[in-house]
Amino acid sequence: MSRTTLPLFDPALTRPALVDSFRKLTPRAQVKNPVMFVVYAVSLVATALWIQALVGHGEAPAWLIGTIALWLWFTVLFANFAEALAEGRSKAQAESLKGLKKTSYAKKLSEPRYGAPFKMVGADELRKGDVVVVQANEVIPCDGEVIEGIASVDESAITGESAPVIRESGGDFSSVTGGTRVLSDWIVVRATVNPGETFIDRMIAMVEGAKRRKTPNEIALTILLVGLTLVFLLATVTLLPFSLYSVQVSHSGSPIGMTVLIALLVCLIPTTIGGLLSAIGVAGMSRLMGANVIATSGRAVEAAGDIDVLLLDKTGTITHGNRHASSFLSAPGVTEAALADAARLSSLADETPEGKSIVVLAHRLLTLEGKDSVPADATFVPFTAQSRMSGVNVGERHIRKGAADAIRRYVEAAGGEMPASVNAQVDQVATRGSTPLVVAEGSKVLGVVELKDVVKAGIREKFAQLRQMGIKTVMITGDNRLTAAAIAAEAGVDDFLAEATPETKLALIRQYQAEGRLVAMTGDGTNDAPALAQADVAVAMNSGTQAAKEAANMVDLDSSPTKLIQVVEIGKQMLMTRGALTTFSLANDVAKYFAIIPAAFAATYPQLEALNVMGLTSPASALLSAVIFNALIIVALIPLALKGVKYRALGAGALLRRNLLVYGLGGILLPFVGIKLIDMILTGMGLV
Amino acid sequence: MTSASILLLIVFLTVLGLTVRPMGAWMAPLAEGRLGSGAFARFDNRLLRLLGVDGDAGMGWKQYTLALIVFNALGALLLYGMQRLQGGLPFNPQHLGAVSADSSFNTAVSFVANTNWQGYSGESTMSYLTQMMGLAVQNFLSAATGIAVAFALIRGFARRETADVGNFWADVTRITLYLLLPMSFVMALVLVSQGGLQNLSGYVSYTGFAGHAQSLAMGPVASQEAIKMIGTNGGGFFNANSAHPFENPTALTNFLQMLAIFIIPAGLCHVFGRLVKDTRQGWAILAVMTLIFVVCAIGVGVFEQQGNPLFGKLGIDQLASSLQAGGNMEGKEVRFGISASSLFAAVTTAASCGAVNAMHDSFTALGGMIPMWLMQLGEVIFGGVGSGLYGMLVLAVLAVFVAGLMVGRTPEYLGKKIEPYEMKMVALAILVTPTLVLLGTSVAVLMSAGQAGVANPGPHGFSEILYAFSSAANNNGSAFAGLSANTPFYNGMLATAMWFGRFAMIVPVMALAGGLAKKKILPTSSGTMPTHDALFVVLVIGTVLLVGALTYIPALALGPIVEHLGLWAGH
Repeated sequence: MSRTTLPLFDPALTRPALVDSFRKLTPRAQVKNPVMFVVYAVSLVATALWIQALVGHGEAPAWLIGTIALWLWFTVLFANFAEALAEGRSKAQAESLKGLKKTSYAKKLSEPRYGAPFKMVGADELRKGDVVVVQANEVIPCDGEVIEGIASVDESAITGESAPVIRESGGDFSSVTGGTRVLSDWIVVRATVNPGETFIDRMIAMVEGAKRRKTPNEIALTILLVGLTLVFLLATVTLLPFSLYSVQVSHSGSPIGMTVLIALLVCLIPTTIGGLLSAIGVAGMSRLMGANVIATSGRAVEAAGDIDVLLLDKTGTITHGNRHASSFLSAPGVTEAALADAARLSSLADETPEGKSIVVLAHRLLTLEGKDSVPADATFVPFTAQSRMSGVNVGERHIRKGAADAIRRYVEAAGGEMPASVNAQVDQVATRGSTPLVVAEGSKVLGVVELKDVVKAGIREKFAQLRQMGIKTVMITGDNRLTAAAIAAEAGVDDFLAEATPETKLALIRQYQAEGRLVAMTGDGTNDAPALAQADVAVAMNSGTQAAKEAANMVDLDSSPTKLIQVVEIGKQMLMTRGALTTFSLANDVAKYFAIIPAAFAATYPQLEALNVMGLTSPASALLSAVIFNALIIVALIPLALKGVKYRALGAGALLRRNLLVYGLGGILLPFVGIKLIDMILTGMGLV
Repeated sequence: MTSASILLLIVFLTVLGLTVRPMGAWMAPLAEGRLGSGAFARFDNRLLRLLGVDGDAGMGWKQYTLALIVFNALGALLLYGMQRLQGGLPFNPQHLGAVSADSSFNTAVSFVANTNWQGYSGESTMSYLTQMMGLAVQNFLSAATGIAVAFALIRGFARRETADVGNFWADVTRITLYLLLPMSFVMALVLVSQGGLQNLSGYVSYTGFAGHAQSLAMGPVASQEAIKMIGTNGGGFFNANSAHPFENPTALTNFLQMLAIFIIPAGLCHVFGRLVKDTRQGWAILAVMTLIFVVCAIGVGVFEQQGNPLFGKLGIDQLASSLQAGGNMEGKEVRFGISASSLFAAVTTAASCGAVNAMHDSFTALGGMIPMWLMQLGEVIFGGVGSGLYGMLVLAVLAVFVAGLMVGRTPEYLGKKIEPYEMKMVALAILVTPTLVLLGTSVAVLMSAGQAGVANPGPHGFSEILYAFSSAANNNGSAFAGLSANTPFYNGMLATAMWFGRFAMIVPVMALAGGLAKKKILPTSSGTMPTHDALFVVLVIGTVLLVGALTYIPALALGPIVEHLGLWAGH
């Protein structure tokens, strides 16, 4: 399921956003954003000044005050629009989730067992602990745990994965999500949450931004912006007495007007970042959602940017889930072809990926052209937990394959023995990180099939990138140390935890955290829950158990083990966007001073015209151009705020140099060009 | 700028550079709170115990700050009392009477706040007792207070997961005994050897060339002069400050005085690097200070050497030659000329010293603006002893916060995460001095009491008032002498600016120290923003300039800039 790409200015989104921009003009909505609240307040003052000018007592021409007031209102509206648009995009994504909430009734059981009498209740009346039965073609009414029965469930609404999954009581597959549909059989489910708190409810609330709380970093940035706003407020407010004094001692000109002070203030305070800050936060969540990951808090997204250590499960993340036969190592006196043929025969009925891969490899070696001759008299011996072997009997030939110790017992029982060289081969294969499978016929050991863990293509490069970003990768595996070391080396991870248990995982996370590192991990099983709860960023697979999901602070709807890397990137991108726009916003002020100061004091000290380096036409056009630029830059940067600055896997030094050049230096230079251009347009149109 | 000026600057910076490591090595143990072993440590322990202090008992930031403020408030009270009662106290050969209440108040606050703004003139106001036991003592203690706060902040960065930022009593005692006293002792001897004055005699009467009876002021000058420079205090024994031949007799003492101003602030950067176990961090901070300083020092030199265009029109030769220093010599000692005066002006205002060897009021418009702006930057370019470093570190935290985001991590400096609490303290600290300077200046220009003191109405008069508040709030203490500030209005206003400029700044800095000390130290990786390289230096410079410039540009435009533009346009 792809919720990824919504066009940036989709009319379906922009129209409601425009309406919302006006709706957000209430003081209650504005006061949440201190910087924009200042703009809002002075816009009101400017409007009052305009009305005063209209009735004939203005401190400046009414058209000038009016135009400045208008553009100040635009500044507020543009900031509102940015936020509304970001929220609108999020809501659109949430809509697709809301479809899940269609279920309207539940079969509530009077006793927690199948077959007990039930009564129909509304799904929203279910309380935590209630037990319901869900039968084929019914929608599961709530998040819960299967306590009885087994069923195939269509979870495509959440995961986008069309293949149904099995849900049964006990074990790691007992959790069900409200809104998903039972396809066959029945299950008895105990509700684990109250209505309105279900997983989907929380997801929707998060995405819609209704429950969005400011993250710590957002708060810190807001404090900084408020501090700077106060500094600029001081700098502008005190200009009034300074100007009064200047007029008094120079006996010329008139003191600076309120309109000019207001214009100067709005241009100086960090409106660009102030106006876009909340849009950046909403867009960050939204991008995460686009990657099919739901975070339970914005804090988690932010933490993702800080991650130092990634714990990655070997299987599925670093290697393909299945092993592939990679070579046949024949015992002394046996040809490779003989071994390959025996192995092929024994695997013909083996439906496991490993078995299939043996057949494929044997075909390649024996150049058998597709004629998969299953001998007529073949009887297959399936794998059992007791024998730990599988094989085939073709007439008198009894071919078996299995783990080394199982085969040893088999041949020794038949009077044969395991040749020393085969033992050596077995050890060698294990050292390489592969799994040895020994093939025997009767009492004779034919050789070893090497089953190799296949490291995913491109994963090594990914890890190199992560290393460059300062993130350490740790592979978690249940394999023994030798095997783990070999795969770790091949995949290029920085470290590994072999023979991992939930306890050792938890201990490892604690150890890293004690060193001051931030740890991210993925998990799905109930036994992962403690480790997930301990990790700073914990992504649970949606296919995982309820316990895992509760312990995690993000849920990956795709259940993709590599999603963690993407999550880290999204977290970093969000922080980078914030930093870049803050830098840009502050750097802008330099040019604005050069525009407004000479204009403001033109009457008192004409020699300050020397500071008008941009050669702006008149004091009025200088003021207007600066205010208009200040408003338009917010609109111009909405795409950047929503999409985020381009993310590159670079070291911190290189990233900083780049962003500083683009947003710092660019932020100083761009407004000179922009303000001059607007001034030229205003002059060309004969407005000033 | 003449080649002599450039040479002087180079020699000055080179010699300063050579002192950084040894000074760092000397001060680091003090900052770490260890004093080696043996007799020294035993003496130290015994002394502190005598004072009822366990030097090893750590304090939380609130306790530390409270001790600091109480200590300084008591110091101010004592100093006030001494001035008011000096008429009846010994060591007063000139029988100087009590200092006026408002001037005493202003001076007491001024010396406690390490500002040493002087509304009075020393030789006709202060008895030797007040100079030695009052002013000089506060010179030591206010310097030690500044260094103690810097130590506490450094410890905040260097320590992990503790509330302990050090012990104020132990810090002040040790800094005074083992750093300031020995340095001042040596410096005083050098000054005396060069002709500096050190006696307790009455003033010497003589008949001048013109036949008038005059008196030559005497006093224990050298001992006070030494700490005046080393502690970046700047309060002169005489009214003429370091332009007076008894305070600053030779070219060598002039050089040493400049060096003495910067020596501790520069060395403290190295202490910072040593304590956070990465000396490059200290060098980076020092580089930020040095680069801004060099540009400003050259600026002052260039504008002063340029002279006055109106003189040029009158056919007056303002070019440097073998016979004259050239340039704008108004208000400068001919002994020092343009080079040594403009460098001194840059040094004394970059650091929050405020001693002067030339009259800043007589500098050219821009030549005088740069010293004013150096103060307005928050006295962080070397700055006061201790206060320069802690002010700069606050700005470095700000730089790290904005830039740190740009590398895609929540910002951290030296392994300490910068979170809302830290930003709150940084924002408060940044707000303190602009509020005092801009509001103070506003009140002064609006009230007739404020306008009354101005000698040169017009943009220059505005500059005089702005300079006074910039100097007071940033604890510099130098003045544009055109402003007659020894009035109840200015004594009260400026004392307020000095007190809050000092202590309203120290509180958030200490809170920052306390907050940082409680944090873990995160390990660095290639994803961590480097804070020791050239890029970071540029970044901090940018932050210092941006915050300083954006706050004061409008005000400066109405003072020195307009004056400069007018002057060159021929007004």
